[in-house]
Amino acid sequence: MANITLNGRPIETPDGTLLIDVAKTAGIEIPHYCYHPALGNPGNCRMCLVEVVGFPKLQPACRLKAADGMVVSTESPAVLAAQAGELELHLVNHPLDCPVCDQAGECGLQDYYMEVGRYKSSVSEDKRHFDKRKPVGPHIMLDQERCIACTRCIRFLGQVTKTAELGMFGRGCSERIDLAPGKVLDNPYSGNLADVCPVGALTDRDFRHQVRVWYLDETPSVCPGCSRGCSIDIHSSTKRPWHNEGRRVARLKPRFNPAVNGWWMCDEGRYSYKTLDQDRLGKVLRLKPERAELSWDAAFTELAGRAGELLEDKGASGLVVVASGALSNEDWRAFKKLFVDSWKVVQFVFDPAPEQTGAQDPLLRRKEKVPNLKGGEALGFGTQVKSAPWETLECSIEAGRIWGLYVVDRDLTRVWGAKTAELLSRLDLVVFQGPFKGGTGDLAHYRLPATATAEEEGSFTNFEGRLQGYARALAPVGCALPDWRIFEGLLARHRARRREG
Amino acid sequence: MTKIITKHFDEPRLHELETYRKLGGYVALKKALSMKPAEIADEVKKSNLRGLGGAGFYAAVKWGTLPPLDKVPGPRYVVGNCDESEPGCFRDRVHVERAPHQVLEGLLIVSYAVGAGEAFIFIRGEYGRQHRVLRAAVEEARAAGLIGDKILGSPFSCNIMLMRGAGTYISGLDTALLESMEGKKSWPRQPPPFPTNFGLMGFPTVVHNVATLAMVPHIVANGGEWFAKIGTPKCGGTMLYSVSGHVEKPGVYELPMGATLRALLDAAGGVRKGRRLKAVIPGGTSTPPLGPEHLDLPLDFETVRAQGSGLGAGGVIVLDETADMVEVCRDIIGFLTHESCGQCTPCREGSAWTKRILERMLSGRGLPGDPANLERIAGNVTGKTICALGDTVGIVLKAYLTKFREEFRRLASPAGKQAQVCRDAVSKGATI
Repeated sequence: MANITLNGRPIETPDGTLLIDVAKTAGIEIPHYCYHPALGNPGNCRMCLVEVVGFPKLQPACRLKAADGMVVSTESPAVLAAQAGELELHLVNHPLDCPVCDQAGECGLQDYYMEVGRYKSSVSEDKRHFDKRKPVGPHIMLDQERCIACTRCIRFLGQVTKTAELGMFGRGCSERIDLAPGKVLDNPYSGNLADVCPVGALTDRDFRHQVRVWYLDETPSVCPGCSRGCSIDIHSSTKRPWHNEGRRVARLKPRFNPAVNGWWMCDEGRYSYKTLDQDRLGKVLRLKPERAELSWDAAFTELAGRAGELLEDKGASGLVVVASGALSNEDWRAFKKLFVDSWKVVQFVFDPAPEQTGAQDPLLRRKEKVPNLKGGEALGFGTQVKSAPWETLECSIEAGRIWGLYVVDRDLTRVWGAKTAELLSRLDLVVFQGPFKGGTGDLAHYRLPATATAEEEGSFTNFEGRLQGYARALAPVGCALPDWRIFEGLLARHRARRREG
Repeated sequence: MTKIITKHFDEPRLHELETYRKLGGYVALKKALSMKPAEIADEVKKSNLRGLGGAGFYAAVKWGTLPPLDKVPGPRYVVGNCDESEPGCFRDRVHVERAPHQVLEGLLIVSYAVGAGEAFIFIRGEYGRQHRVLRAAVEEARAAGLIGDKILGSPFSCNIMLMRGAGTYISGLDTALLESMEGKKSWPRQPPPFPTNFGLMGFPTVVHNVATLAMVPHIVANGGEWFAKIGTPKCGGTMLYSVSGHVEKPGVYELPMGATLRALLDAAGGVRKGRRLKAVIPGGTSTPPLGPEHLDLPLDFETVRAQGSGLGAGGVIVLDETADMVEVCRDIIGFLTHESCGQCTPCREGSAWTKRILERMLSGRGLPGDPANLERIAGNVTGKTICALGDTVGIVLKAYLTKFREEFRRLASPAGKQAQVCRDAVSKGATI
């Protein structure tokens, strides 16, 4: 341990901790651009200069390690003058186009100007000019004029994705970030560049000009895109529907979680919000035999009655429940209570293959594109209760051994294709429950709207067994309910029917 | 005058091994190989040999910072720095062209002294002819068994490799040079660690200017005390100067450490056309200028530093009374702007901004606040950058602003504008 004095306060810190981290732990943020805990400390922005007794010059706090007896000041007149001076140099060639810049409101230049700058400009020369809007990849727009050359993006692409699409070209004041020859910034983690860029040089093309950041609400959540379960923040804009093309979620941002995703998230997860408002279910419907909109109460009564009759007549072995790892832990529990304990269903399908699987890589992405298979496993789904293969289910339907199907948030048309309609028409009861209609929504007898992850609170257990809770960011669409409340409603009505019968 | 490394420069075929050997070349190498490495280091320590590339660091002290061989056994390297790019410096060019074997001999002895089996010479990319000469010398020496395995029958083996720069000034800085050698963009590293601990490919590396290396054979041959006696108490031996600017005989001159500025000017034939001396840049453009009052200053690292300047790499530029110091300042800042590597912000932005201000002033659009603003920016750059190039921007600006304040002030006012317009017109041939 090293005992140092920081702004007159004695602080004990492990040997070798960078001064910038020591200060952060002590609640003092030293201005910085190039330093990023995950991307190293080249010390090129010179914003974090601090005064250390015994050193003739100011020292970059991101390079100097704490040593016993060090006396450090982050607020001496020399430090404050240096911070303002370095900031001024960062801004000499910066276009100051904040009114049209998406970074405005969360920009390092703006923040530090208000904190340590507040000087009067003495620039009377022209600014240099580079490319102002260069789409470098499907998700990222590069503005070379706004760049402060901190090289965070280059280091991210060199150290994290190891794809090296961006490089520093030119020298001195004509230096600029650009695409390496023949490359496109299309790696599966490219969206993170908009996060690591401390200024508006790399902006998210999907978020560009959609909504100002100060209109956004932030809700901590968990990405439901795969079984990694990255910690995220949902940035939503619900009070101004004329912004963001009417979409309720403006963007997803990774939330730092050293145990799961570090600082990052993948593009698949990041841009999944764009489909959140599409193809949504908001009404409780009976589609067959005659179409009618029902209240939840009526639907529960009717469905519990119909299912109850069939269960009594034809037996539980004729009912198959198709579910997915998209269910939260709370959903899985109610799911088990209804289908296993009460209805005594024996056949389930919850294997994510084929339509809920995809690319996997060592960084974050997992093969199973659903967040909570582990939560189901904890209740025996996958261990005691095995998932039936799709082929068996198909054969059983064709052979007439099955009378009913309860589908929870799975799209059967993506498994069976065009023959789905014909297969489902052979059944006496098909219930579809989920947030999105998909191809199966129209083929069911009953269609029950469920909430999406962003519209409910709950918890997921990721593939490593880590339990993470998420909060509700949005109101449900129409009268959609969380899956567990639908299961509970059916269960209550089922029990009441049995008591009465 | 005592000459050490330029002694035989007038010999027409000195670049050939035969001539070099006839004049006593590679005898010191043979002697060195019969000594223990520590004995060589001892002689160099006694000699007070300073790094002649600019920093003036004691060579023996630099070797002393190497980790002991038994603790860090891996490879270690010696690099001869011939990336001479500072305006006003051209002595290394003349040196490697005339006496390449002297550099190679020095490099081999230093490699032996520090235990390096691999040595390099990094030569400025623009020095094509010098590179060819050096390459021919390396091949000749290799054929004669002076480079390679078991040199001169001793157990010491050392290979020498030449590398050419890609055309940046900053590669002359040791850590940037190492980055360039590793095939990267030559951005200076931020010490610590220093190259003697973490150098080429992360192994201990000694980087010396080629002139420093060339002194070593003479120290080995004649002893450290002989060398120390030639110079001043703190700087042993001689200094190699490139003298240019407003003098009658520009060229490379070798004078003992401590020789006065006047002696150097006399050697170079005095100020051009008998004009009055205005300023002398003593160590290449990145050192602040000295004035006529410094003519009797004995030149060594300490005395020049005490005057707020530096001996640098001995690139002496003489300016007579006709020089416009704002233009000189603009040219130097312009050079530094062009050569700023762009890694850290104060240097990248500060150099370019001040250059634009100076250009605006010289084009007759000066503002009253310009000198003060320049001084303020200089303060925000000096001492806040990763390497010394950034410091230079601020130091040079401040020095010119302080010493020639009146010239700057004249351009920073409406009257200055008129004066400048008249001067431009006159220089374009107008008659008043």
